Amino acid sequence: MARKVEGTTMTEENQAQVTPMQQIEPQHHADKAPRESLVTVDDVTVKYSGSTAVEGVTFDIATNEITALIGASGCGKSTLLRCINRMNDLIPGAEVTGTINYKGVDLYGEKIDPVQVRKLIGMVFQKPNPFPKSIYDNVAFGPRVLGIKEDLDEIVEKSLRRASLWDEVKNRLNSSALGMSGGQQQRLCIARAIATSPDVILMDEPCSALDPISTGRIEDLMEELKTRYTIVIVTHNMQQAARVSDKTAFFTVNVNEDDKRFGQLVEFDDTEKIFTNPSDQRTEDYVTGKVG
Amino acid sequence: MEATEMRTTEDLQMKQLMVVRPRYGELLIQALLGLCAIVSIVTTVGIVLALVEPSIEFFSEVSLKEFFTGVNWAPLFNPPSFGVIPLITGTLVTTFWALAVCLPFGLGAATYLSEYASPRTRSILKPVLEVLAGIPTVVYGFFALTFVTPLLQDIWLVGEGPGVFNALSAGLVMGVMILPTIASLSEDAMSAVPGGLREGALALGSNKAQVSTRVVIPAALSGIVAGFVLGVSRAVGETMIVLVAAGSTPNLSLNPLEAMQTMTGFIASAGLGDQPTGSIGFKTIFAVGAALFAITFVMNMFSIRLVRKYREVYE
Repeated sequence: MARKVEGTTMTEENQAQVTPMQQIEPQHHADKAPRESLVTVDDVTVKYSGSTAVEGVTFDIATNEITALIGASGCGKSTLLRCINRMNDLIPGAEVTGTINYKGVDLYGEKIDPVQVRKLIGMVFQKPNPFPKSIYDNVAFGPRVLGIKEDLDEIVEKSLRRASLWDEVKNRLNSSALGMSGGQQQRLCIARAIATSPDVILMDEPCSALDPISTGRIEDLMEELKTRYTIVIVTHNMQQAARVSDKTAFFTVNVNEDDKRFGQLVEFDDTEKIFTNPSDQRTEDYVTGKVG
Repeated sequence: MEATEMRTTEDLQMKQLMVVRPRYGELLIQALLGLCAIVSIVTTVGIVLALVEPSIEFFSEVSLKEFFTGVNWAPLFNPPSFGVIPLITGTLVTTFWALAVCLPFGLGAATYLSEYASPRTRSILKPVLEVLAGIPTVVYGFFALTFVTPLLQDIWLVGEGPGVFNALSAGLVMGVMILPTIASLSEDAMSAVPGGLREGALALGSNKAQVSTRVVIPAALSGIVAGFVLGVSRAVGETMIVLVAAGSTPNLSLNPLEAMQTMTGFIASAGLGDQPTGSIGFKTIFAVGAALFAITFVMNMFSIRLVRKYREVYE
């Protein structure tokens, strides 16, 4: 109960701070105000059973921005994303070195409980994965796990509204989530993620299983959500990255001396710069479609 | 000239597509496989028919009311008494204790193997568990009689403790016998739940226990209940363990410390005695068999409905 109240006030504050600024100059707000890092990724290397998946990644994620991770398959962008809420802990043999700080706290510190981390850093997956339960129970799942028993109706409605799904489902909250279309299911997963009032939402190719119209709706939704949340999105769709993100990190696949492939961060900068005037030739080749 | 040429080409193509000769081998295989399917159906129908005729004859001599409401079972005595209730309670009491063992332990083992154990641990534990299913039930019966019963008598703290033949020991060992079936089938059902659902729940800040109880078990419920129903059917139909360990005294009681006879136990012991074909004792066996069949049938139907109501279909 106490947590929920705290969470709500925090989001309201964030909204108050950011919304007016963005309304005036949505493109360049980062230049006017100093960027406030929420998550910093510092020299992170991930190995699966000893073989490197991604090596030496450093960048930072600022509050209320959308950060896009792009690059060819196998470049480690999903791997890196899953480090931020410690989902890689679940893969046997996964090993993370370097540091990921969230609000100055090392997420891989000894006393950190991954379960608590995931409550603050939510995730939306590539394939919509609603639980085989009712729409209501899907959204209420996270709050219930947190032990919230009161005001569930309110939380469910608020979350569904923020995921712009409320009007479509308000009359069938008790029917199964699996009866929804793929795009609705993915927005339900977003509603489910924001029902626990996270700070950060990680999205792992959230639109790759959706048609263009559903994709457009999710992109619009992301624009709305970034006033309250910080979003990190992995995408294969470069137009999508260009459309929605403020910052872009471009990853590439390298081959080491043992002929093993591993991912590396090539360039991290404002999205506009990455797509119009990248500093690295590899980035330019990728974003202009010469490779990949 | 041109027309004829075209005609020939067409004929040639036609020939390539035509049936050359019937595939006798394939027809034969199809017939054999169909036969296999029919054999199992014919057997089931045959068993039911074999039960029905002597049962009808039985009930022309003994009223349904006496059979299903009588509380005294002494069909081979003089004068005979045909109240089947003591056999039914005997069956239910042993089944209850079997379920009391195998439901929590089976589901617990399945949850551990599917959600907690490392792949290595699982690859060792699951085959070991399944070995339990291969032990002959007569071995379990003597295990109950010569090991579990004395153990219960030793550790019993209040009152008199179980007798040499008692329903408790038979029921508990029967639970151990069914455990691998339930654990293995439940584990299969839980492992089949898509990993995406687990990830979804974990990403919402659930711990493993919450993922298991709130997502995986509800999604696997139909498979778990299917395993459970199979387990119950085996407990109700189990003969050797109860015959050896629970005794053969028809006893209308819910006290598991007493000796009891189950429906299967009666069928086995009466079947071993010399009941002349056509005698009332002979027909009694079939009547009890038919009642047993009816009970399992109703239970299965009931559980199927229950599963339809509560399961969460994930695909």
